[in-house]
Amino acid sequence: MAEVLVYVDHVDGAVRKPTLELLTLARRIGEPVAVHLGPGADAAATVLGEHGATRVLAADAPEFADYLVVPKVDALQAAAAAVSPVAVLVPSSAEGKEIAARLALRLGSGIITDATDLEAGDEGPVATQSAFAAAFTTRSRVSHGVPVITVKPNSAPVEAAPATGTVEQLQVTFGELATGTKIVSRTPRESTGRPELTEAAIVVSGGRGVNGAENFSIIEALADSLGAAVGASRAAVDAGWYPHTNQVGQTGKSVSPQLYIANGISGAIQHRAGMQTSKTIVAVNKDAEAPIFDLVDYGVVGDLFQVVPQLTEEIKTRKG
Amino acid sequence: MSLRIVVAVKYVPDATGDRHFAEDLTTDRDAVDGLLSELDEYAVEQALQIADAADDAEITVLTVGPEDAKDALRKALSMGADKAIHVEDDDLHGTDAIGTSLVLAKAIEHAGFDLVVTGMASTDGTMGVVPALLAERLGVPQVTLLSEVKVEDGKVTGRRDGDTASEQLEASLPALVSVTDQSGEARYPSFKGIMAAKKKPVESLDLSDLGLDAAEVGLGGAWTAVEDAKQRPPRTAGTIVKDEGEGGKQLAEFLVSQKFI
Repeated sequence: MAEVLVYVDHVDGAVRKPTLELLTLARRIGEPVAVHLGPGADAAATVLGEHGATRVLAADAPEFADYLVVPKVDALQAAAAAVSPVAVLVPSSAEGKEIAARLALRLGSGIITDATDLEAGDEGPVATQSAFAAAFTTRSRVSHGVPVITVKPNSAPVEAAPATGTVEQLQVTFGELATGTKIVSRTPRESTGRPELTEAAIVVSGGRGVNGAENFSIIEALADSLGAAVGASRAAVDAGWYPHTNQVGQTGKSVSPQLYIANGISGAIQHRAGMQTSKTIVAVNKDAEAPIFDLVDYGVVGDLFQVVPQLTEEIKTRKG
Repeated sequence: MSLRIVVAVKYVPDATGDRHFAEDLTTDRDAVDGLLSELDEYAVEQALQIADAADDAEITVLTVGPEDAKDALRKALSMGADKAIHVEDDDLHGTDAIGTSLVLAKAIEHAGFDLVVTGMASTDGTMGVVPALLAERLGVPQVTLLSEVKVEDGKVTGRRDGDTASEQLEASLPALVSVTDQSGEARYPSFKGIMAAKKKPVESLDLSDLGLDAAEVGLGGAWTAVEDAKQRPPRTAGTIVKDEGEGGKQLAEFLVSQKFI
């Protein structure tokens, strides 16, 4: 059967959820073969196998951690040469897209980024994407070479599909460009204990109406009552109230959770671009004319400093 | 020796406008006014700051696009870039990201460079792959998605803020840099800058000037094909209540009814 390469996004062998979603999509096209770079291949292989990976091609070398992007491209290219896949799937992270781009060029392949769905087609996999701030949905395919496709988080369910997940060593020769950009130091982000923004099932966001960094504790309390990630509008980030890594919108993260709760966010195009594919949208805003209310399944016109704490308390009571 | 900086920019339909696809499923560039992509303003700004810090530097701003795309070049020149290159050819219509990177790479080599600076993504296609593609084609280090950048002693250094970590990067020139919207607010062109820009040279090139064949670019040369594009149906109107003191509880009721609680 045709094989599909799946690039594994992991932290020391702990596989991140979007990779498992990719395995679900890969099984629609062929047999998933995972590519694991860096430490922890054996631990990862167990999880990858449980979700459908027939083989896990593994390589570990200091170059993967010490130099930017290119060593991983060299490895993925070696994997493509060894497997002759019908498609290569990569998680749509910032780094994932860069790896995929360079790989596509080397393979002489077209590239599709930020797919939100993938299905088999007569002429190769067909990818669904959002365009123009999610005002449009397009379906595209790669018409030249082995399709290289990056897929956004939350695009498919994680499904158990037991397979062997046999670990095989991948031989990688690094090219001259591999050591071009040195990662001199790396400062890990402090964990907030909350889910990753792009992967979360529920996102609670705050905007201009939150009116100050100190008031974001209200947003965080609501998020914690629901086990949600915290987002922020560009206005809130530009004002310095919340970190840029939490920005939802055109120039920040694009999220597609089951539930999105917008608090004190007017809903300008810049913000809508990043959240309007959410399944259920809820908003609290004191301005009844705010464009965010055009998107909502449920909206409360009111002062967020009254409504949000009351909501948080109610959720806590009901959850006991 | 002079530091040769090339800034690659894109002329895009205004993201606040009502953007559509044309009949051939390419981006409709007529229905909505165009402008220099906001994310590329950050690239121009950082190039200007790098040039200011260097003993001697020259900034060339480069774009590939139709006649109107000159507006984007004028904006960059009025901000302070020294000269411009406009690659314009009817055969470019419908070129995909891979093809665009080919044309840009040829034009950058034509200009000569020590440093290429780009934005993080365009605001229309939003793929964010052109910087990596350019580095691959030019065979130079990619120092990308920087929120802070510095060039000195033939080296580029910068901070890349990722989801899980913040990384300090370093590479030797020649190199390619892309900067994020966190790299620093772009300056507004001054009146003097706008006047001066009118006298700055804009070189026009077509595909043959770059030694490229029409078959390598355009819709026909694209390695991806859009099968269809549908407008997302408007979301069905939801329930909107005015808070009369019970708004939070009403919202909780809704979340219970949707099984979120």
